[in-house]
Amino acid sequence: MSKLGIIINGLIKENPTFVLLLGMCPTLGTTSSALNGMSMGLATMVVLILANMVIAAIARFIPDKVHIPCYIVVIAGFVTLVQLLLKAYLPEIDKSLGIFIPLIVVNCIVLGRAEAFAAKNGVIDSACDGIGIGLGFTIALTILGACREFLGTGAIFGFGIMPENYGALTFVLAPGAFITLAYLSAIFNKLFNK
Amino acid sequence: MAKLENSLKNMFLSLTIITVVVGALLGAVAYITSEPIAAATAAAQKDAIKAVTPAFDTVSEPWVVEDSGNGLPATIFAVSKDGKQVGSAVEVVTKKGFGGKVKVMMGFDMEGNITGYNVLDCSNETPGLGAKMPDWFQGQGENGKPGTGVIGKNPGKSNLTVTKDGGEVDAITAATISTRAFCDAIALAYAAFTGTDASTGASSAAKDAVEEAAETVGDMVDAIQSEE
Repeated sequence: MSKLGIIINGLIKENPTFVLLLGMCPTLGTTSSALNGMSMGLATMVVLILANMVIAAIARFIPDKVHIPCYIVVIAGFVTLVQLLLKAYLPEIDKSLGIFIPLIVVNCIVLGRAEAFAAKNGVIDSACDGIGIGLGFTIALTILGACREFLGTGAIFGFGIMPENYGALTFVLAPGAFITLAYLSAIFNKLFNK
Repeated sequence: MAKLENSLKNMFLSLTIITVVVGALLGAVAYITSEPIAAATAAAQKDAIKAVTPAFDTVSEPWVVEDSGNGLPATIFAVSKDGKQVGSAVEVVTKKGFGGKVKVMMGFDMEGNITGYNVLDCSNETPGLGAKMPDWFQGQGENGKPGTGVIGKNPGKSNLTVTKDGGEVDAITAATISTRAFCDAIALAYAAFTGTDASTGASSAAKDAVEEAAETVGDMVDAIQSEE
């Protein structure tokens, strides 16, 4: 598969949210607004690319029986690294992303791609897979967040489109997350993966 | 190259090496970033104090009240200008938010009027509802919403509770619980600030606790003042 093909694959054919239905916990939890969804997606993408590359590089030195603990150490290490660096040098971004970053460790997309892709492929290919899956996750979360924010409060990215009191609050709350996710997955699969 | 076989030695070595390398890396990064993180936290705190208090030139050492009335500590920063105290910023945490804890920095002038507030953490409140907290109470009744703002009001004189509970604060639309939490934060902060009973904003359940804590705080204030 070409490098571009790998990226497209992650974006559409194996879109982690709408097709693989992976990482549902952060997906449902953080998409109450478009900005939150996008932030979570981007933070996950950074960790995904780094972890994929390192795991692709070291996979062959790790005996099968201990590969899961090894991958988790690598992933958790990167997450903590990103968190420390953000806190130190970009406190503004840390303020808005802070609560999401530790969640990335338990996001099964990262471990899932390490298992399914990075462990069997080269470093460059794994980086492309990280970009594709990461972008797919980010776009999915942004769309989901935007839909919920618009339906719930009448705004997108905090900019009011509809009058102040427009909106069904359900969509910002937990039930709206399930409803929106289900409809969006259905539409996505109808459009792209017949 | 084939994968390493699953011998005890290989498993032991690979796990050890990976954890040691990652641990060392994290240790190094934590060491390098510890100073910038401390500086960033201090700067953020100073900005928050600046935003809520009257103009000042020095901030006192923080003074921690162990129990602000709900079991959580409050931190008081006295600010002074030309050697004279002009007000205080009080950082409190209320447990009554819709999603748990809400952290607020309240500023008071020497008469106890609210000079400003800064919601430091309301990440557990619902976006679009309770999360409007940082802006909702800033105004002084503009936008055709009389009584929305709390700036300039004195918790000792005004009844700063939600209108539904008989007070003067208009609740955030569809977020009465978050508004109650905010009012609770005002009461906690005022109690910590004055060291007297200011529990008008607290619900009756919390009232006794606030009173009790307020008394202790009052004693502490007296003790500190007599030392000076």
